[in-house]
Amino acid sequence: MNSLKKPQKKKVLLMGKSGSGKSSMRSIIFSNYVAKDVRRLGATIDVEHSTVKFLGSLILNLWDCGGQDAFTETYLTSQKSQTFSDVGVLIYVFDVESRSFEGSNPRDLLTYTAVISALAEYSPSAHVFALVHKIDLVQNVFRDSVIQDRTLAIQEYSGVFSKKLKVYGTTIWDQSLYKAWGDIVKSLVPNLHIIDGYLHDLAEETSAEEIILFERATFLTVTNVTSELGERNPYSDRQERLSNVIKTFKHSLSKYTHSSTASHPFSEIAIKAPRFNLILARLTNNTYVLVILPPGDLEIELSRFNIMAAKDRFVELDIMGWAAGDTERLEGKLNGRIKDGR
Amino acid sequence: DLEPGNLLHADHKPRLLLMGLKRSGKSSISNVVFRKMAPHETLFLETTTTIRKEAMHSFMDFQVWDLPGQIDYLDPDFDAESIFGGVGAMIWVLDAIDNYMEPVSRLTETILHLQHSYPDIKYSVFIHKVDSLTEDFRDDTMRDVRQRITDDLYDAGLENPPITYYGTSIYDHSIFEAFSKVMQGLVPQLPTFEALLNTVSANCRFEKAYLFDVYSKVYIASDTTPVDMKAYELCADLIDIIVDMSEVYGWDRGQDQQETDRSQAVAAPSAESFVSNIKGYHLYLKEINRSALRAQVRQGFRLTIYRNLSFIGISKYSDFEISKVLVDQNMQAFQDTLLKVFPRG
Ligand SMILES: Nc1nc2c(ncn2[C@@H]2O[C@H](COP(=O)(O)OP(=O)(O)OP(=O)(O)O)[C@@H](O)[C@H]2O)c(=O)[nH]1
Ligand SMILES: Nc1nc2c(ncn2[C@@H]2O[C@H](COP(=O)(O)OP(=O)(O)O)[C@@H](O)[C@H]2O)c(=O)[nH]1
Ligand SMILES: [Mg+2]
Repeated sequence: MNSLKKPQKKKVLLMGKSGSGKSSMRSIIFSNYVAKDVRRLGATIDVEHSTVKFLGSLILNLWDCGGQDAFTETYLTSQKSQTFSDVGVLIYVFDVESRSFEGSNPRDLLTYTAVISALAEYSPSAHVFALVHKIDLVQNVFRDSVIQDRTLAIQEYSGVFSKKLKVYGTTIWDQSLYKAWGDIVKSLVPNLHIIDGYLHDLAEETSAEEIILFERATFLTVTNVTSELGERNPYSDRQERLSNVIKTFKHSLSKYTHSSTASHPFSEIAIKAPRFNLILARLTNNTYVLVILPPGDLEIELSRFNIMAAKDRFVELDIMGWAAGDTERLEGKLNGRIKDGR
Repeated sequence: DLEPGNLLHADHKPRLLLMGLKRSGKSSISNVVFRKMAPHETLFLETTTTIRKEAMHSFMDFQVWDLPGQIDYLDPDFDAESIFGGVGAMIWVLDAIDNYMEPVSRLTETILHLQHSYPDIKYSVFIHKVDSLTEDFRDDTMRDVRQRITDDLYDAGLENPPITYYGTSIYDHSIFEAFSKVMQGLVPQLPTFEALLNTVSANCRFEKAYLFDVYSKVYIASDTTPVDMKAYELCADLIDIIVDMSEVYGWDRGQDQQETDRSQAVAAPSAESFVSNIKGYHLYLKEINRSALRAQVRQGFRLTIYRNLSFIGISKYSDFEISKVLVDQNMQAFQDTLLKVFPRG
């Protein structure tokens, strides 16, 4: 059974011009910073290599690549193979305010394109995410059109990745950051369809309108199951909004209790509202589950019971480094209930 | 004629003035506290040219007026009565990162000008944008501002002026905390509330208990144990969660809801929330008197949110979950008493 515990390492390159916001977003998502702290600390937070754990055993090797020209130069020459081989994901950050994005000398895009061709050479199967960052500096009404314009320009310079490429407008000041990083991390989680299957089971047992699985440390969404009724929810950005607001709460909890946030901050949040019931509960060592139920006292008690009962099943899912046979074994347990995996 | 009792008179809404020089942060404060604007969005605010009035409908109706910094209120032609008549409190916003000589002298002039006609106004000075100052510098600035104002007024013959000072920033909870304190000065029944909260805390073993206006995160009263900024922050962040979740999951499910919801009749009449086992602590929130109001929030959508008073208690009692029935009973009694003290208009 030891093979089960084998962690999976994924290399994640975080690149972009100096000052574009790489370290800021990394410290908000993976360390316990909130946006206003990052603002105060300014550009001083600057660690280059870091290893973060996601879901306990998925290890992300984050290469926060200093964006100054001299460094960029070395990545593309002497350290090229070392930098660009075995990459799972490239995240490229564009500062929305940068003066050298377009025009006669689009330096940002030219550097990006050089990075892209190095990636194509050494890690052609990598995923590429481009973040048009600091979008808060653009007034609300113009945001969509700015993002659209930038997307087209970036695509043009993305070479063989232009089809696979995903572009997001982000800012540390709202949930857009959680949207982008949620999708990034999802692209790295193996066997997502198995987790989905387990969640579907739980959804049926609890007659939930929606179930969302959050990763404990980051509170990014791992996956979700939504009923037909839940699909009619008009708030399409709800998952990232929840990530954002719960993460902030977690921050103030750790301040209040003087404890490190690496541990479990709480065991359950329950809300009984006139139109819904909500339980956000610790599910496994590495996950929290959010369950949305119809209103009523009975529903909430029943579901609490069902979540308790489901815990044991989910524990196995904390182990992400399955050997080949494990996948089949776990799939088997789902009684063919697996929906098409994303 | 501003007897405390009059404050509750139907057409007499206690008024709170926000004053200060241009760009000191008045509109930012009013937008962040009463319209849930994200702090960084205030960068786009333009200078205010007319008086802007915000209403806060919680258990009692407040009015907050944002007065543009550019108007000269001391001009004798100015209709002072229309602005200052009936004012309960004035907040003077002073930009801590700017030169504060001018705002200090403008404030003292204003106080001296108003003191004879409107002796009941309570003044608060928000030494604002302190997020941009280091801690040492912040303390020095606050001390210096206070000293100068006190000296100036003393020289003009006004001793012990009714002024309270706060260091504030829209980037953290300090602005909400300061606003809470100012509001509490306008609540004549404050001692009754505090006594009630003390009783509930003793009965239910809460370490700290608050009565919050959920929408603005201003607290109207707390029990009388010492104030703890971290406890306030925790409660304020819990409210954010509740408000956000109530918004995204409180949508109108129409027909479907009625079909699937057999238990509607027995459903709890108001929202309630419980956070358990935060390193041995428990957080308990109970909505006091639910009345759904249509309110304009977030990106111009019209939504129904629950905009009213909530009780929040923090407990360290290990058997809190087990004794929840008792807590619920206490809360019912608390609510009944509260509504007697505070008849809704
Ligand atoms: N750092 C910091 N900046 C703030 C804070 N509060 C407001 N500001 C900024 O101060 C500037 C002026 O804010 P306003 O709210 O428009 O000022 P005002 O007092 O309404 O100005 P007038 O309408 O001209 O009287 C804006 O750029 C705000 O973003 C704060 O707490 N910290
Ligand atoms: N307005 C705005 N500023 C940001 C945002 N993200 C980061 N910043 C600021 O941009 C500056 C550079 O950020 P940093 O993370 O050090 O950039 P890096 O060099 O790419 O690591 C800092 O002053 C941050 O506070 C954002 O979303 N909006
Ligand atoms: Mg203004």
